[in-house]
Amino acid sequence: MCAKHRYCMEDPSLDVTDKLLMEQIQPGSRVLDLGCGDGRLLARLRDERDASVLGMEIDIEQHHGAIARGVPVIQADLDEGLHDIPDLAFDYVVLSQTLQQVLHPKQLLEEMVRVARQALVVVPNFGNWRIRLQVLKQGRAPVTEVLPYEWYNTPNLHLMSMHDFQDLMRLLGIEILKEIPIINHRAVEKAWLANLRAQQILYVLQRQEQPAEHSPAPATA
Amino acid sequence: MATQQELSETRQQSGVGFVQTRLATLFTPPDWLKLAGGGELGPIQVAYETYGTLTPAKDNAIFICHALTGDAHAAGYYEDDDEKAKPGWWDDLIGPGRTLDTDKYFVICANVLGGCQGTTGPGSINPETNQPYRLNFPFITVGDIVEVHATLTRELGIDQLLAVIGGSLGGMQVLEWAARFPDQLRGAICLASAAQLSAQGIAFNAVGRRAIKTDPEFKDGEYEHGAGPRYGLALARMIAHITYLSDQSIEMKFGRRLQDHDTFTYEMLPEVEFQVESYLHYQGKRFVERFDANSYLYLTRAMDYFDLASQYGSLTKALGRTDARFLIASYDSDWLFTTTQSKEIVRALIECGKHVSFIELKSPFGHDSFLIEIEQLQKLITPFLAQAYESLQAEKES
Repeated sequence: MCAKHRYCMEDPSLDVTDKLLMEQIQPGSRVLDLGCGDGRLLARLRDERDASVLGMEIDIEQHHGAIARGVPVIQADLDEGLHDIPDLAFDYVVLSQTLQQVLHPKQLLEEMVRVARQALVVVPNFGNWRIRLQVLKQGRAPVTEVLPYEWYNTPNLHLMSMHDFQDLMRLLGIEILKEIPIINHRAVEKAWLANLRAQQILYVLQRQEQPAEHSPAPATA
Repeated sequence: MATQQELSETRQQSGVGFVQTRLATLFTPPDWLKLAGGGELGPIQVAYETYGTLTPAKDNAIFICHALTGDAHAAGYYEDDDEKAKPGWWDDLIGPGRTLDTDKYFVICANVLGGCQGTTGPGSINPETNQPYRLNFPFITVGDIVEVHATLTRELGIDQLLAVIGGSLGGMQVLEWAARFPDQLRGAICLASAAQLSAQGIAFNAVGRRAIKTDPEFKDGEYEHGAGPRYGLALARMIAHITYLSDQSIEMKFGRRLQDHDTFTYEMLPEVEFQVESYLHYQGKRFVERFDANSYLYLTRAMDYFDLASQYGSLTKALGRTDARFLIASYDSDWLFTTTQSKEIVRALIECGKHVSFIELKSPFGHDSFLIEIEQLQKLITPFLAQAYESLQAEKES
């Protein structure tokens, strides 16, 4: 349970994120969903968007659920990387509400843009004003409603704001094709003060032709 | 104490009840089986059993491939079984309401070519000489084995199987099915197996064969029926049996416990001081009663030779032609057929965009897990088969 008097991030509302993710995916694509759970999103993509799908999931009960939906699923621990996925084997790779929980988010993001043309990542925004206010007022670690954990048992290992995420993308040479803030269960493509207002953000990413750190230095006069 | 009649009734009512092994004669001249190693073979007798009923649309058949020393008797009892007899080797998985639900599916299991349990093998009579083939039996491969089973399936009037399922050498056959007959299966379930036997596996097979061949009773394979290299064959089985277990399962089952004494006897000759020794001796002895040494040589060689990637150019070439759904499972304590080997298959299937599910199951029982951990298989295979069947019906409707 959430501790009293603390702001709880709103339910990331699976329907909203699912719908948003589905809108980003071209019909007939090949889609990999990391941490696919019982294959809910993939089954919809297969049925409604004619996608060819694959899920990765570590939990065995969820795994059985995906098989029962006819969704192919590979048991895998995202902390161990995506070694079994060949380069560019997919059009899209999806990682929804999971990046903050993995041990090595940087490596995983690099792997994602290796295995797919585009990576769709939904992350919670810890730059949200309510969280800032909570930290400021109470001086305590933020707790979310759907993951009501204390600091010592939370699966959320890596907290980030939009600015933090953008910085990492620059460092990794990953291009942000789209950045869609989700505010109060609605995708707001052009949000004013997004980093303050968004509870979650959907990023559409792709590998830059030439990673930023290796790009030639600009010519100096 | 249950009377013989009560026991018989119980057996008849449990699972698939009483079953019979049937025989089919295939590859009658001039339609000989062309063997991968060259030459031809025929006629070939195949021992098989079926459970459940084939639908009029003939769309509910599942073929079970058995492992190295298995047979066609996968489920149920024979009517004349004595009270100690066990049911078929995968009985817990097959029957009304079970995973391979015989109210829903038609299940087939057949003994392999080169075997010694009803299907033509080195112990069979060569019609040309009226003598057993023995080592004149031609070299056979996993491909030849599958060729015979696919022919049997067609003979039963089935053009496409709902699924082919097997573990270990049986799993190799499943992969071969998918590669050789890509249109003849909708599902492929491959348990504790690999696209090629590891060097370690070949090494253990080599030791087993050496044990057989160096037994003085082996006589270049020319031993009489009922005789033969009993000690060598038992030794081969003991070695193989160790590879099917895990460090943990041996420890759990036997530890360092002694068999008949509380303390060491300090004698060299008795060979059953420890319980684990006694167990292996028992396994070896029992095996000799039911298996033929020449068959063991042929089948382990077929296993050594199996290499799907080199046979078809690459794993993606081998498995890329089928639209079957795959279910691949390995066991974490299996060191003979490792998870890494299963993942190689999975990787190839992902590369060629196939429908593939994979899981590494947790079990202390090593390679044997696929024969023991039935509950895990139920949870995995039941929904997989249900989906394969539903998708087939949906396709027909659309």
